[in-house]
Amino acid sequence: MMLFKLSLKNIKKSFKDYTIYFFTLVLGVAIFYVFNAIDSQTIYMDVTSNMAEIIKLMTSMLSGVSVFVSFVLGFLIIYANRFLIKRRNKEFGVYLTLGMSKKKISLLLFFETLFVGLISLVVGLGVGVMLSQAMSLLVANLFEANMTDFAFVFSTSACEKTLLYFGIMYLLVMIFNTINISKCKLIELLQSNKKTEKIRLKNPVLCTIIFILSTFTLGTAYYLVTGGIDHLDNANKIFIPIAMGIISTFFIFWSLSGLLLKACMSIKGLYYKGLNSFTLRQISSKINTTVFSMTVICLMLFVTVCVLSSALSIKNAMTANIRELAPVDVSFSKYLYHENSVFDVNTPQAVLDDAKVSLKETLKNHGIDINETFKDVVEIPVYRIEELTMRATLGEQLDEISKKFKYLNYDNEETIITVSDYNKIAKLYGNETYSLNDDEYMIIADFDSMVEIRNMALNEGVSITINDKTYHPKYTECKDGFVEISSNHINDGIFIVPDHAVEGQIPFHELMVANFKETSREGKNRVNDMINKKINSAWNETTLTSVNTKIEITDASVGLGGLVTFIGLYLGIIFLISSAAILALKELSESTDNKERFQMLRRLGADEKMIHKALFSQIAIFFMAPLILAIIHSIFGIKFCIFILETFGRKGLLSSIIMTSIFLVLIYGGYFILTYICSKNIIEEN
Amino acid sequence: MDINYNEFEGREIMEPILKIQNIEKYYGSRSSLTKALDGISMDVNAGEYVAIMGASGSGKTTLLNVISTIDRVTSGHIYVADKDITKLKGNELNRFRREELGFIFQDFNLLDTLTAYENIALALSIQNVSPKEIDERIKKVAKELSIKDILSKYPYQMSGGQKQRVASARAIITNPKLVLADEPTGALDSKSSKMLLERFNYLNKELGATILMVTHDAFTASYASRVIFIKDGKIFSEIERGDDDRKEFFNKIIDVVTLLGGDLNDAL
Ligand SMILES: Nc1ncnc2c1ncn2[C@@H]1O[C@H](COP(=O)(O)OP(=O)(O)O)[C@@H](O)[C@H]1O
Ligand SMILES: [Mg+2]
Repeated sequence: MMLFKLSLKNIKKSFKDYTIYFFTLVLGVAIFYVFNAIDSQTIYMDVTSNMAEIIKLMTSMLSGVSVFVSFVLGFLIIYANRFLIKRRNKEFGVYLTLGMSKKKISLLLFFETLFVGLISLVVGLGVGVMLSQAMSLLVANLFEANMTDFAFVFSTSACEKTLLYFGIMYLLVMIFNTINISKCKLIELLQSNKKTEKIRLKNPVLCTIIFILSTFTLGTAYYLVTGGIDHLDNANKIFIPIAMGIISTFFIFWSLSGLLLKACMSIKGLYYKGLNSFTLRQISSKINTTVFSMTVICLMLFVTVCVLSSALSIKNAMTANIRELAPVDVSFSKYLYHENSVFDVNTPQAVLDDAKVSLKETLKNHGIDINETFKDVVEIPVYRIEELTMRATLGEQLDEISKKFKYLNYDNEETIITVSDYNKIAKLYGNETYSLNDDEYMIIADFDSMVEIRNMALNEGVSITINDKTYHPKYTECKDGFVEISSNHINDGIFIVPDHAVEGQIPFHELMVANFKETSREGKNRVNDMINKKINSAWNETTLTSVNTKIEITDASVGLGGLVTFIGLYLGIIFLISSAAILALKELSESTDNKERFQMLRRLGADEKMIHKALFSQIAIFFMAPLILAIIHSIFGIKFCIFILETFGRKGLLSSIIMTSIFLVLIYGGYFILTYICSKNIIEEN
Repeated sequence: MDINYNEFEGREIMEPILKIQNIEKYYGSRSSLTKALDGISMDVNAGEYVAIMGASGSGKTTLLNVISTIDRVTSGHIYVADKDITKLKGNELNRFRREELGFIFQDFNLLDTLTAYENIALALSIQNVSPKEIDERIKKVAKELSIKDILSKYPYQMSGGQKQRVASARAIITNPKLVLADEPTGALDSKSSKMLLERFNYLNKELGATILMVTHDAFTASYASRVIFIKDGKIFSEIERGDDDRKEFFNKIIDVVTLLGGDLNDAL
């Protein structure tokens, strides 16, 4: 019972030390709960069956990510706990000399961990439940769903999961503490407050060499993932630069900690000004002993920035794309009968028969009344010609292009649409219409890397031949546009030719786009389900007609956007908290030493303002060092992400970078301010 | 033994640099009140070397702390060069401390992350002295205190005596009106103590520094030109060295200590 009271008293006494630790635990518990409680919130949302599937996928992914998150948090908690224990070694030493057994001290620590654990769980869950109410608004917003009812949601399963995962983490901490105490020696405990830390200045020549080498390596890594990459065909192309980046990050911190001080010391006017010499020494000694953690923190921040901004930009791009890329409610596309096409001996007779009638006929045969259901109907033929392969459209440029893009199939037949047909669709979509002279052609495309390839040919004025007639490009570049609705920029090139060019030719596809007559959300959903049921089930049974609906595309985009956003947010926030907490704890763990040092400065007559400035810049530089390098990494990392996520477009990038910065400022900045306030309190108390 | 305040006519009467008028310092609540200082008055003249002696808990550190403005008096006034420092506030206090005072403490003297040179330089850079002048002044003081060879060393690489000499260098480099030392020999062996005290004499005699030193050790006190004894927060007695040599002065101090009730060292 005495131990019980003593441990309570200890917690109260060292509350200042525990503030950041406790704050981090509460935040960890709350975030863990919030992201695991998302599925119980979607129950109250009105979503389509497609969306429900995506949400289900998301929840199972989130719970997978939670396992990873619990590892990260577990490491963080054990690490943080080690700091707190270290600070109290002297106290344990005194207990031991007073005759308390190691077993009793372990028990004391056990109670302390138990109390801190219980309180943090209770407070964290409380905060989590509150946050998750706000989260349900975000969920509804991200999935573009209507909230049927605002209900206060408490997720029992998420709560149980949080209790279980954190229970295990705290148990590990207790075991760790017990082992630690049983291993330690009294003399070490009592002397642990003596600062015998040697101050060793690194060899500046060695530092310079290592710094130059690692900057060079880092530059090479940057080049490899941006300028030096045009396609990804090999995992090494990404792993090698990552490995180079990690190693050079470590050595940059290692060499900078030595160099920076040396450089500042040589500028006498800077070094011997106010408390600068003191501040610089403090920082360099700290970075010196924390090169490894600095590296880990820098990399975590880098991953956070990349994951968050990519996730948010995918989400933004997807939502923006739908409005632009799905301007009508539905598009149908049917293979017409053609010798060199998809039809073979296995094709059912019903399909063959269907391939010879028009698309309107097909829809009627499958029980869809066109006049009843649709408005704004446009129906156009799409052609392909054996002689017009990609190879044939590139002309002289083929050699150079095929050297660069080895894996393209240059024998694919190109898609051809007549200019008047294209204009019909463009008009309906609100896109630009074109006119062509008798011997002109143009290309409509919106898939960036294909646009780039085709522009090389267009720029050279490569002409094409269709049915023995030659056509010259009207423009020196592709024009933006598409005919089939989709969620992304995937139109890799449609050749627009004068109407007479394909006269008498049998179309390869027939394409039909239309809007639903129904205007209400429910009505559209109903029509959508009806069409899907009737057409999709008939694929390769009675017809080769495929259908894309705006609702499906929207659900997939919005759902996928929401999914990546949540996973990005989850990981990003946890990484941010972890890295900021490590920095904060490192800083505070030295506050006793610092207190004495600042007391000394006061006796020398340093103003409070000077002292606060010294403390502030010390903590600021400590927090900024890994952040700055992480931001530089991120500039190239995000470039690489854009390259990978090219089809999503880059429209949402700026706003997602702004959002990421807001998260950074809030969480990382919040920890920074909290650390400053706590340190200030510690050095000010008497 | 009576207080022989104005006994020495041989010395010209100087304007006191430090005037303490009836100061009191109370600690604790009404129920458990400690009168750490209980009506102390005294003057220190410019160029004097004064030691304050007393048993542990007699209020020596408290007295030094209120003079150095680290702590505040409950009542009374302290004038340093005619300025009432009990009235100073905030940054005035800090300016007073860095411009008028020099400190030497028993331990916890030097910043462990800085070299001896940087430790000394800090006292000047706080006052915005230019790096060039800092360098000149450090070189000069290092010669006077024979610490030239250890200027680039860190505190953990120095002996206790060396640390105290570096601390002394830092205390006097700003040309303070008053150097305050709290148990400066407390952590030193007798050889280092002697060396440090001889340096103090040099500072006092050759450089004209005014020194107020707190100690419980009669040997240390015997280096001063005047010794003030305090007991339970009050001045108990005061003796001047006059023309005595150190040995004779030491014996006089021991007499007072015996009168005060035993060896001060035992009372620690
Ligand atoms: N911060 C404080 N709070 C309460 N009492 C104190 C404090 N500092 C000193 N005292 C008391 O004041 C008296 C004088 O202490 P101090 O000046 O440190 O003595 P000395 O330095 O001569 O050993 C002692 O009784 C001590 O207990
Ligand atoms: Mg004392």
